Amino acid sequence: MFKFLPHTEADIKEMLEVIGVDNIDDLFAEIPSKLMGLDLDLPKSHSELEIYQRFNELAAKNKELIPFIGAGAYDHYTPSVIRHLIERQEFLTAYTPYQPEISQGTLQYIFEYQSLICELTGLDVSNASMYDGSTATAEAMFMATAARKRKSILISRTVNPNIIKVVETYALYRNLKVEYVNAVNGITDVEDFKAKNSKDYAGIIVQNPNYYGIIEDYSAYREILDETKGIFIMNHDPSTLGILKSPAEYGVDIAVGDGQPLGIPLQFGGPYIGYLATTTKLMRKMPGRICGVTKDTEGKRAFVLTLQAREQHIRREKANSNICSNQSLIALFVTIYLAIMGKKGLIEAQTNSYNATHYLFDEVTKLPKFNKVFDHEFFKDVAIKTELDHEVINNKLYEEGILGPLHLGKYDEKMNNVLLFSATEKRTKAEIDKLVKILEAL
Amino acid sequence: MYYDSLIFEISNKGRVGYSLPKSEFKSYNIPKNLLRATEANLPEVSELEAVRHYTNVSTKNFGVEKGFYPLGSCTMKYNPKINQDISNMSQFSLHPYAPMKSIQGILEIYYETQRILSELSGLHTFSLNPYAGAHGELAGLMIMRKYHMDRNDTKRTKVIVPDSAHGTNPASATVAGLISVEVKSNLDGTVNIESLKELLTDEIAGIMLTNPNTAGVFEKDILEIAKLVHDIGGLLYYDGANLNPILGLARPGDMGFDIMHINLHKTFSTPHGGGGPGSGPVGVVESLVKYLPSPVIKKQGEEYIIEDSNETSIGQVSHFYGNIGVVTKAYTYLLTVGKENMANIGRYSVLNANYIKESLKDDYLLPIKGICKHEFVFDGLIDKSHHVTTLDVAKRLLDYDVHPPTVYFPLTFKESLMIEPPETESKATIDDFIEVMRTVAEEARVTPDLVKGAPYNTVVKRLDEATAARKPIVKYSDLLK
Repeated sequence: MFKFLPHTEADIKEMLEVIGVDNIDDLFAEIPSKLMGLDLDLPKSHSELEIYQRFNELAAKNKELIPFIGAGAYDHYTPSVIRHLIERQEFLTAYTPYQPEISQGTLQYIFEYQSLICELTGLDVSNASMYDGSTATAEAMFMATAARKRKSILISRTVNPNIIKVVETYALYRNLKVEYVNAVNGITDVEDFKAKNSKDYAGIIVQNPNYYGIIEDYSAYREILDETKGIFIMNHDPSTLGILKSPAEYGVDIAVGDGQPLGIPLQFGGPYIGYLATTTKLMRKMPGRICGVTKDTEGKRAFVLTLQAREQHIRREKANSNICSNQSLIALFVTIYLAIMGKKGLIEAQTNSYNATHYLFDEVTKLPKFNKVFDHEFFKDVAIKTELDHEVINNKLYEEGILGPLHLGKYDEKMNNVLLFSATEKRTKAEIDKLVKILEAL
Repeated sequence: MYYDSLIFEISNKGRVGYSLPKSEFKSYNIPKNLLRATEANLPEVSELEAVRHYTNVSTKNFGVEKGFYPLGSCTMKYNPKINQDISNMSQFSLHPYAPMKSIQGILEIYYETQRILSELSGLHTFSLNPYAGAHGELAGLMIMRKYHMDRNDTKRTKVIVPDSAHGTNPASATVAGLISVEVKSNLDGTVNIESLKELLTDEIAGIMLTNPNTAGVFEKDILEIAKLVHDIGGLLYYDGANLNPILGLARPGDMGFDIMHINLHKTFSTPHGGGGPGSGPVGVVESLVKYLPSPVIKKQGEEYIIEDSNETSIGQVSHFYGNIGVVTKAYTYLLTVGKENMANIGRYSVLNANYIKESLKDDYLLPIKGICKHEFVFDGLIDKSHHVTTLDVAKRLLDYDVHPPTVYFPLTFKESLMIEPPETESKATIDDFIEVMRTVAEEARVTPDLVKGAPYNTVVKRLDEATAARKPIVKYSDLLK
């Protein structure tokens, strides 16, 4: 017997009698025999004790470091209650809420999640979540090209290069064209945007704070786009939206981004969550699930998946997106994070991150071998240039238990001497001072 | 007491539920033009208020640990607790840009999981980057297209999809820039070989199949289908949603499939989470390995490395390396099950399904006779004289604390009721379910209005879905208008 398989010999015998076959293998008689009779190279069955031994062994091959890197994944604080609540079996083990009468729990938190995303972005409607910020951005491109019936899109070079790569992949196979708007001194070149903007493009994708951590002022963009009926897509770090001008205040049509900075543990890149919010006008072009309010037959308020006629299980090949499973449990994570942190806590955590990153910048750029790169206001990522070799720096920091900055030359040769640092509210003054001291000695 | 308060409705100005250390840094000021003008209306609640709120919200859900969950094509098996404990270990919560020497353990988990998936599926290599089943499908179809594009075979724009396929199949085809063409099914949902032959031209990029199909029938002519498709230059895609019944018994790669995805949240016991996060690894035969999404994780000597493959591959489909936290759970499960028990998973799920099918076929209409695999479809009640529909039956099951089967799918039957009892369910649980199903069938004959009015014991009754779609209320502030 095995702990996940409850069948006794007697059970099996009785069940086979009802079915009318002699043994279980008879249930597989139609599978060509040349496909059967496998002897696979699989690990042996591990008991719980052996599982812990194996994973402790694997854990010992990793090294936990103090991160001074962000670039799309930030080491923010996670309140304890979240893990306990999202691991309640009612949330954790349920399927997609297709039977609303016994899924009001899932549906209600999706509704709360949508409401919170709308509060942060200022937009009219949010879906129930996307896989991550990069695929959410690609899906926003699909919405824009479908809504405007145009086959091309503009994207700023100040968008995170990994997001650009995902957008490029999604565009290539759907026969869409991506054109770039240049960056100048770390921000999107608005003159280049004006020059390129035309009715050939469904709109533009920008990011805020951008890849270099710079808070760009996109105030001029709405008007430029209105000339061509272009769609304004902004990828925005949602954690900064307690403080920064919201996508709606910039006149954005579709706001997307990765929810990871809302306290989601780093987890080596996932699961995170993509959010996507838009205007009422574009609501019916939205991908994914949307939860709405309704009443039951007794007039009680209740929640239900709505506008499903957009989705793959109804529209099949005519659907504008193929998304089915999303990141529902992480939407619950984000919902509880925002409830616990609340109006005041979200701002405080991000203000502390902002101040920590600025302190780091001030102290590091006081060192003779480190200088500022850009003249723009930044949030919690900041580019610093140095004459020192990035590998020497990061190896030294590693020896001291620190995960050093991202080498921007990884994605852009012109940035070969530039490093992208980051600090969150989890970084103490002592930790930053230690970092500075190590850099000073190089 | 029915609890339906929203977090916003229990909010009180000034309350907090968090604590942070006092900032040690001086304040830097953000220029005014970059600040938001109107504040975001986030909740203000104490910690206990938040905990009690979400605990109350959770009680309105039905999970696998509460009762039987025979949802067809979803494989609602038990999600072992140890999976969570392992996945939560802080040593696995690393920054995605950490140097390779500090992440050898997590890369080994990724690599070993993909190796076991390859062994179980008969395909050469997997990428674990896709986030969900539909995402794996999309990556797989991009691989199919890239393969033809690289050979300048630009005419191949069509992909064959059976009418019984999951909705994501044709939708993924569209997103990958392919046109789906439907192949007729036989009565049992298997591919009609004659219809298939008519579709096989030099415009066909490939075919997408689920095997066993959504009616739980194994495609017994699969070797012939594979030959026909390969002969005209097409590729075969395997939708891994229904992998559970053949796990460790037969392999898609041996059947002739070139590309497939696996739903780790179905076959490999990672929780569904109310609709994600899942994980949808995509696997390919050796000749297609170079097309797997970037970045790839490889073993070089004794070391694991991450490599950018944007130049040769389909490109990147995820920001980092997929839902690694989910992969860790699947790896825990694979090690727990191990070689000794792997083949019994399929065996017992198929045993369970056939036992239910044979036990209920006098009350429910069984359109496809004979042995099924892990799931099967009833076309509603046999006795339709009282106009009790599949929806009514499903809602009545709620009163008996059973999660209803999948309803109105596959689309090939009007009153589809699709039942999948995973291997983790005991005969006793299944016998209770059979009893309940018979009771509901009896009620439908004797007191049909009772069934049509169900459910009665749930926190809410049947919902008005039409109004919700006509006048969408999709956020809290809409309720205040």
